[in-house]
Amino acid sequence: MQCIGKDHPKVDGKGLMTGKLGYTDDLADPSSLIIKVLRSPHAFAKITEINLNGADEIPGVECIITHKDFKRIAVTRAGQGYPEPSPHDKFVLDNVVRHVGDEVLAVAAINEQLCLKALDIIDVTYEVMEPVLDFEKAIGHQSIIHSEEECHEMFPIGFEPSKNIAASYSMNVGDVDEDFKKCDVVVEHSYYTQAQAHAMMEPHTANAHIDFQGRLHINTSTQTPFHVRRIVATALDYPMSKIRVIKPRVGGGFGGKQCVHGELILAAIALKTEKPCKIVFTREEVFESTFSRHPMRIDVKLGAMKDGTMKAFDVNILSDTGAYGEHALTVFMVAGSKVLPMYNKVDSVRFTGDIVYTNHTPGGAYRGYGAIQGNFAVESCIDLLCEKLEFDPVKFRQKNMIGLGETSPIFEIMGEGTEGTAMFMESCKLDYCVERGLELMKWNEKYPRVANGRKVRGVGMAIAMQGSGIPHIDMASAVLKFNDDGFFNLLIGATEIGQGSDTVLSQIAAEALSVPLDKIIVYSSDTDLTPFDTGAYASSTSYVSGNAVKNAGDKMKELLIKEAANTFGVDISEISYEGLLIKTKDGSQEITLADLGNRLIYNEDQKQLIADGSFVGQKSPPPFMAGFAEVEVDTLTGKIELIDYVAVVDCGTTLNPHLALGQVEGGLVQGIGMAMYEEVIINSKGAQVTNNFMNYRIPTRKEITNMQVEFADTYEESGPYGAKSVGEIGIDTPPAAIANAVYNAVGVRIDTLPITSEKVLTEILKSKKL
Amino acid sequence: MIVTLDINNRPYEVNVRPDEYLLETLRNLRFFSVRKGCDTTSCGVCTILVDDNPIASCSYFTVKAEGHKVTTVEGIKEESEKIVDLLQKEGSDQCGYCSPGFTLTLYSMKQKLEKPTDDEIRNYLVSNLCRCSGYEGQQTAIKNYLEVK
Ligand code: FES
Ligand code: FES
Repeated sequence: MQCIGKDHPKVDGKGLMTGKLGYTDDLADPSSLIIKVLRSPHAFAKITEINLNGADEIPGVECIITHKDFKRIAVTRAGQGYPEPSPHDKFVLDNVVRHVGDEVLAVAAINEQLCLKALDIIDVTYEVMEPVLDFEKAIGHQSIIHSEEECHEMFPIGFEPSKNIAASYSMNVGDVDEDFKKCDVVVEHSYYTQAQAHAMMEPHTANAHIDFQGRLHINTSTQTPFHVRRIVATALDYPMSKIRVIKPRVGGGFGGKQCVHGELILAAIALKTEKPCKIVFTREEVFESTFSRHPMRIDVKLGAMKDGTMKAFDVNILSDTGAYGEHALTVFMVAGSKVLPMYNKVDSVRFTGDIVYTNHTPGGAYRGYGAIQGNFAVESCIDLLCEKLEFDPVKFRQKNMIGLGETSPIFEIMGEGTEGTAMFMESCKLDYCVERGLELMKWNEKYPRVANGRKVRGVGMAIAMQGSGIPHIDMASAVLKFNDDGFFNLLIGATEIGQGSDTVLSQIAAEALSVPLDKIIVYSSDTDLTPFDTGAYASSTSYVSGNAVKNAGDKMKELLIKEAANTFGVDISEISYEGLLIKTKDGSQEITLADLGNRLIYNEDQKQLIADGSFVGQKSPPPFMAGFAEVEVDTLTGKIELIDYVAVVDCGTTLNPHLALGQVEGGLVQGIGMAMYEEVIINSKGAQVTNNFMNYRIPTRKEITNMQVEFADTYEESGPYGAKSVGEIGIDTPPAAIANAVYNAVGVRIDTLPITSEKVLTEILKSKKL
Repeated sequence: MIVTLDINNRPYEVNVRPDEYLLETLRNLRFFSVRKGCDTTSCGVCTILVDDNPIASCSYFTVKAEGHKVTTVEGIKEESEKIVDLLQKEGSDQCGYCSPGFTLTLYSMKQKLEKPTDDEIRNYLVSNLCRCSGYEGQQTAIKNYLEVK
């Protein structure tokens, strides 16, 4: 392969790093009206009165919008395919605010100072209601968070707003209760995972104007431009055909920009003022008023026989979706569907749970998407089970985990909000990942612990799987256009958000057409000009969009061969296609690609060659990974330090090994952040204490000093040139692997993330008292 | 008020508010490498050089910059391209949003620290957060740039 598997630098990398115009705010009209949102100081309150106090009369204040300006149309901001598996429970603006930071009203003025001045003099009277701040008490709480009659589910997801339930689900295979009775050992434990903030470096931002055709143009830092178009149209009851959404370069997303945030208010103000306008979130708004990871309580029960055979598997989850139900059901389901099948040899499985409303900042999509939560609980519990069984936890996994050619009934039962898709593992080198990881970690020398005075080092591990797009739902498409001088435009709906998809998809097109990468000029994510793509989520771009590009490339190649045959006056079977040169097989005639382009555009058989390709997955082949952590615990202070992290990943072909490595390393660090450092903390009034980078600590380069990442050599037949996905898998293992390493070091199990020194010390002290 | 600034060795006369920060002034002058990531001077994304020292432009008043030398990534083209190439060689660039601030801090480290150790490098750059990359590839690129092992 000439282009696949090569470390091509990101095609947009140099420009972005040297400050070329590219991100959303760079594109805002310099004269844009500035939009600022007045946000709720209360966790749950009814707006009884809004007194503008003349704010709308201030010269330079162009417009103020409140809930009274909108028809009551309930939407979901989730940014998913249609119909969404998330409840429609959000209005652009409402007369009830449901979390601190929820929108009350918005002001647009010619500058920020005037906006702030206007916000300052506006008086809002609230009738404060008792908030639901403990998610374990949400069901049956006297406060009902969503009692609006317009709220609805799009299809049955177990939506019961009168009980504060956004969604619920249950499934089972076999009879777990009976099987547990037959097991030699049964363990049961509850785990808690926290809210984690995406903390992408570029805050959410969008800008808009009305063009000369009266159409609404939106530039937005999003992962889902096509969904943004649809949701804006629905929420504002405005024709979709009159909206154009462009996604410029994006400064990080990680799921945080899958949903619609500022776009709805922005669009309303652009339509009302007919002036260019923009909204840029403050960091505080990013923390409080966008989304974070759904916190969960995960109850796991596992049963096994003395010989290490796992028999029964029961998981119940209570998930906190916060004030709105975006991704409520699907994140929860992934906590099962991307975790349970790893142990596919059990006789019975049960997976149940509720996703509840609270008055917290809403949960949303975040890299790992439930799998990281489920992985922490299940992979921690597996070690607990092994301890009771007196069975080696690595050997236990090797004995019970999924392998090549195998399947799990879960695949068919559980999809994302709907039924799943049956599939067999046509590529799976999880066994190799474990073996190789043991070697890289020098596990046998280190397991379980090496003590050095009061400092003890321990190692722990976990295995993980993810998916590659959502089968039968996620669709991607691509268009290739052949130009004079013999180069191609690649038009794709797929969403580059820093992960390198423009580069990798160009590589796929270049490979299909056997041309160098610089012959492919990529343009992505413009709802007017590029074909549809669901967007950058669910680990779908390499696999789903990649297949679409490959299909378009293969079709374009056929067209070129046909035109060359036509040029030479021979049958297509006589053509030898080499990319930059096309010849007859006997070598008697040849034409360069450039000349063929010029001929078709300017001289003979004139036409524009265009090829399209679409793809929707028939399955979602999982990437796999084994993660190994080495930690050092100071037994006197509880201080934990991550000494080393080893990751061995099976993601099929690495289309661009460097970029794949970046995905895994970046995912690992966010997973390590979730495991050890990060936590959205909410006070007793429902306000976030951690709403800036001083209080919300993401890992810096001082905490991350050693990681070893390797890839297994695998090939997924159904993927483009053998690729599966790699965007999310890296994030899943650190919480469990680090928790297991801490246990192996000092014998305390931390079941509530993050694993802080305080918690470790407290547990050490408790264990000493016993 | 009107202030005269020296940006990338060129004079600029700009009308600014007394409470305006350099971040806003530089963006208004279309230096797109200067970007905002936070409100509490704690992400490093907006880093520029004032008299060759890395500072957070989000909390440095423009009026204070009069009489000082302001440098953005656009002003160290050759050096920044060298750094960019080394980052790309490791595949350690992702969204790129943090890169100009990082590049300028690294550039200033090169002038200030002689053969820094791994720890010194991490300390010097600790305020330049990156949420995408995982820092590993960056560290290798940094060492290649500084020509240290
Ligand atoms: S914008 Fe974050 S430090 Fe300046
Ligand atoms: S590359 Fe995205 S924040 Fe550093």
